[in-house]
Amino acid sequence: MAEAVQVSQLTRRFGDFTAVDRVSFDVHEGEIFGFLGPNGAGKTTTIKMLTGLLRPTSGDARVAGFDVLKQIDKVKRSIGYMSQLFSLYPDLTVLENIQLFAGLYGVEGDRLDRRKDWVLEMARLDEYQDRLTGELPLGHKQRLALGCAVLHEPLVLFLDEPTSGVDPISRRNFWDLIYGFAEDGTTVFVSTHYMEEAEYCHRIAVMNRGSIIALDQPGSLKDAIREPILEVTTADAPRVVEVLRDAPGVLEVTMFGRAVHAMVEDQAVAERQIPEILAAAGYSFESIRPIEPSLEDVFVSFVHRSGGTVAG
Amino acid sequence: MNPGRLWAMARKEAIQLRRDPRSLGMAFLLPAALLLFFGYAISYDVNNIEMAVLDESNSERSRGLIHAFESSGYFDIVEYPARYEDVDELLQRAKVLAVLVIPPSFDRDLAAGRDAPVQLLLDGSDANSATIAQNYAAAIMIRYSSDVLLRGRRFVLPAQAETRVWYNETLESRNMIVPGLVAVIMSIIAAMLTALTIAREWERGTMEQLAATPVHRLEVVIGKLVPYVGIGLFDVALAIVAGLLIFGVPLRGNILLLTGLTLLFLIGALSFGMFISAAVKSQVLASQIAIQTTYLPAILLSGFMFSISTMPIALQVVTYAVPARYYVSVTKGIFLKGVGPEVLWVQGLAMIIFATVGLTLAIRSFRKELE
Repeated sequence: MAEAVQVSQLTRRFGDFTAVDRVSFDVHEGEIFGFLGPNGAGKTTTIKMLTGLLRPTSGDARVAGFDVLKQIDKVKRSIGYMSQLFSLYPDLTVLENIQLFAGLYGVEGDRLDRRKDWVLEMARLDEYQDRLTGELPLGHKQRLALGCAVLHEPLVLFLDEPTSGVDPISRRNFWDLIYGFAEDGTTVFVSTHYMEEAEYCHRIAVMNRGSIIALDQPGSLKDAIREPILEVTTADAPRVVEVLRDAPGVLEVTMFGRAVHAMVEDQAVAERQIPEILAAAGYSFESIRPIEPSLEDVFVSFVHRSGGTVAG
Repeated sequence: MNPGRLWAMARKEAIQLRRDPRSLGMAFLLPAALLLFFGYAISYDVNNIEMAVLDESNSERSRGLIHAFESSGYFDIVEYPARYEDVDELLQRAKVLAVLVIPPSFDRDLAAGRDAPVQLLLDGSDANSATIAQNYAAAIMIRYSSDVLLRGRRFVLPAQAETRVWYNETLESRNMIVPGLVAVIMSIIAAMLTALTIAREWERGTMEQLAATPVHRLEVVIGKLVPYVGIGLFDVALAIVAGLLIFGVPLRGNILLLTGLTLLFLIGALSFGMFISAAVKSQVLASQIAIQTTYLPAILLSGFMFSISTMPIALQVVTYAVPARYYVSVTKGIFLKGVGPEVLWVQGLAMIIFATVGLTLAIRSFRKELE
């Protein structure tokens, strides 16, 4: 299978701070490749280097077969990019934004008409075409940004946290669109900090503190978790986390709302010890039970395994 | 350079401009306001000097002298103080610029053929006007005296200068100011207009999406320039029409030459504003720098207000770096003297250099990479 993106030892420093540290990976043609990690992990910096917006400090990368350092114009013609913050022109109408980006990507004549209609339909913006973009709801803006990024039918589509801030239904709809592009053969490179979105990807790279700490299919990543995970439901979640963090036999503790996930060395021992520890500390809990690891747990586990802490 | 991408940029910039009241005001209202304000306010002409007369002679001869002042057209007699003590107050309150005091002995002395001095008091705090008033008064007194001496006989000096004023026959300062004003206003407006354009893209974050497209920086800069050049030409045309119709300034030279040189000047000045915008990436800072670097040099060092040839040498050297200097020469030359390329090629060359340097700076300072 051909590689849509090839990255080797890619590094970017800002002064003393290394935002991306010798990252290497490949993205296969036609796959949905997810970039998972907390804010500040280096996802956006990596995407900016791959889209020619930021110069790598060292390392190499090829996108759609072109070198991001030496053939940046060819790279830019082959890719679509949707930035983390909405960055279309708010004082242009929907149609004017489409026409602008069509012009900048060289989409003209009959093809312009065809693509324009297609984008308006895909983004369900037909009745909004003469509205100022700044006045649209966020979900509409994001679909328009996606539309403007795919007007020229790019080989590789980079989406940097495309669904941040929108409601779950809009997010689901947005992912249906992403699937559609992948089915048409577009390679989709998408970053997110929503773990459940990562499940939709063919493969995901887990990033933390500038490094990729795991890369595989979502299912395989979950299978790779060896440590048992116990879920403790409690009204005192924040304080329970504090208590369990220092408890013997507990490797990592994470809070998910009213639930606390504890990654432990031995399930049987922990199931006996944790109630005792909590009782001694004076906290009550509703239940304690072993669970199947979610991607959040995968993330925590890999961070633990790489000997680090979570950035952000 | 790709014409499609350039056109897409130009079109987008024009639409944004049309929807931005602040830019529209700066593009159309500000130049009109500046033109009217400066056109009416700045005048070096001293006419209708307000004057008070204390006539202690109150005779036929003294009234004759007062009439000579009145009918000259230069003096407006607005006050007739009763006593000498009142004269002081009139000058202090700046009610008048000059006071003519005719002593009681005036009529007697003239009749007897003796010296008959009168007193002229001037407010020297406005030295320029006082000097002009003094010269006018002296001329009126000479004329009056010669009439008294010769009693109507013709009086001819053996050697006289036959003075003809060229280019601005009536020596009206408005004729000199309005053409220069067009140049000064465009210097200020042009840089201010474009100072916002690239900084706004950085501040709003739209630069990120733009930078991810294959658009070349040359296409961005020139595409953005196109609508502003259109506005600049429109402003100049408006100023010329206003100069001709409202201020009655003559246009003697070739309007095509004026348009061509204006175009070069606009490209330079607009690019300069864009250079500032791209370099500092902040709208507030960029517009401040644009005003600071264009306003004072355009007014003080362009030859618009002060003649360059009377400046200290060091300052004269500095004026060569002020683009407005060349454009002021162009507008004055074409409006008043009607000169053509045979004279203005120097300015033309300076404009070409200015436009080239401005464009190069703008393009070079524009980075498509983020930091």
